[in-house]
Amino acid sequence: MSNSTALYRKRTRTNQIALLLSTGAMLLGMSFLAWILAVLLYKGLGALSVSLFTQPTPAPGSEGGLFNAIVGSTMMVGVATFIATPVGILAGVYLSEYGRKGWLAPTTRFINDILLSAPSIVIGVFIYTVYVAQVQHFSGWAGSLALALIAIPVVVRTTENMLNLVPASLREAASALGAPRWKVVLQVVLRSARAGVLTGILLAIARLSGETAPLLFTALNNQFTNFDLNGPMANLPVVIFQFAMSPYENWNSLAWGGAILITFGVLCLNIVVRTLFRKKI
Amino acid sequence: MRAQRFQDALFHQVTRFFAFSVLAILIAIIGSLIYGAWPALQEFGAGFAFSSDWNPVTDKFGGLISVYGTLSTSVIALIVAIPVSFGIAVFLTELCPPALRGPLGVAVELLAAVPSIIYGMWGLFVFAPLFADYIQPLLTATLGNLPVVGGLFQGPQNGIGILSAGLILSVMVIPFIASVMRDVFEVVPGILKESAYGLGATTWEVVWNVVLPYTRVGVIGGVMLGLGRALGETMAVTFVIGNAHRISPSLYEAGNSIASTLANEFAEAASDLHVSSLIALGLILFFVTFIVLALSKVLLMRLGRSEGEKT
Repeated sequence: MSNSTALYRKRTRTNQIALLLSTGAMLLGMSFLAWILAVLLYKGLGALSVSLFTQPTPAPGSEGGLFNAIVGSTMMVGVATFIATPVGILAGVYLSEYGRKGWLAPTTRFINDILLSAPSIVIGVFIYTVYVAQVQHFSGWAGSLALALIAIPVVVRTTENMLNLVPASLREAASALGAPRWKVVLQVVLRSARAGVLTGILLAIARLSGETAPLLFTALNNQFTNFDLNGPMANLPVVIFQFAMSPYENWNSLAWGGAILITFGVLCLNIVVRTLFRKKI
Repeated sequence: MRAQRFQDALFHQVTRFFAFSVLAILIAIIGSLIYGAWPALQEFGAGFAFSSDWNPVTDKFGGLISVYGTLSTSVIALIVAIPVSFGIAVFLTELCPPALRGPLGVAVELLAAVPSIIYGMWGLFVFAPLFADYIQPLLTATLGNLPVVGGLFQGPQNGIGILSAGLILSVMVIPFIASVMRDVFEVVPGILKESAYGLGATTWEVVWNVVLPYTRVGVIGGVMLGLGRALGETMAVTFVIGNAHRISPSLYEAGNSIASTLANEFAEAASDLHVSSLIALGLILFFVTFIVLALSKVLLMRLGRSEGEKT
């Protein structure tokens, strides 16, 4: 009896230690998130001002803001979303609605999930070789294309998942009323999954806003405000990278200002999207 | 009626075209990388991957230093991230009060949503100084005295280098591995766990002897996904790895990974051979991550399939 009590004690102790470690791991993870956010607030809040949104990037040592970078990022992310949305949704429709038989759907699904996690810097190299090297100059278009290639897999994956959630009876009911397949898909299935598909697009936008690597040698950077997508374009991530690595104090402070902008924008988008559609993504 | 049939077929083909375009992207990426890397591969042959030369002045290039940096930082990241992710997944599935499960799950995913450049800034300006002042001396005093691995933990204690890059990578891949582990833990049939509890098993015994064996394939898949992410991570590594083109016996020394070499040199590469060598590095990186991620996907699909058979 005493032997079994000793064994029992040992088992409970192991259990307690393991569960304590597990809770510790959770706390560790959360403390990193809290730490990063606290650092951003501490270093970035001071840099937030009206001129951050209205002035272009300054020369070292003078006053300025991030206006050109904000414009560039918005334009390139906008164009990328504009390209990726139809491509991603239609490919997602194929996987969910026509993907029962044949080789194309399983292969595409497999490749799409790999592209979802593929290194984004390689996408930059790809766009550089097929576009930038051919036209011989860096441009906002190249940056947009690189971002679009990163967004497409995100949209494809969420669209397929969301369409799979639409009950088959809805499709059958529409078909029974004599609606052709394409009308069933566009006006019944996609419409009922509208909110879900939108979340996919928002998640893609959130992912794109912080992407730096693919822009380094596609859009490059620009000290001046530029609305022409055909020239090198300033963008928040690359400006943050260059300013953070520079020895000038005013540039460093602007980098933290940009960092707080991007991070809280991205996190807010994520929180909104994930609380609306918690289980399904 | 005929018009409708035509529209239906047209819609089918249009969606099919876009599904195919995803495949076309992959083929185009591989094709263009091989095309771009060809001059370098022709010049240096298969030895490119094993040569530690990297000299833009004499136009001699080899990938060994960058490959070593990528692999060593990723391995460090996994060593730290696997146990922590496992702990987080166990906490979220077994310990967490149901009301907190949602918010904490979202919080873990937020850790993955923080842009990598932010990790880089945090790593270089906040983590590295603290790491140099408190943790590196501690590691040198303890692990640095071990017989074989001791040399890894000796050297300049300035907070940047391979080890710091690996540790920051580990924070970045924890959410990916933890999310997959949590998802696969949740597919374990309740009846299996309840049977074990009914026999008197403790929570830990259920996790270790029932949940983990049942989901082993999926857990490895999650780790592979984390590895795939770590290999290709660019900005955070570029900030803290130190960007020195050499291989050192110590993990405290600066190095370079494939991604950080590309980020630093691509836009400024002067000679064609330099550009081509950089693209060759990109090709190696894409090839390796592709295999790792494909393996991860296969393992996760296998768990999904066996799950389908059992229920």
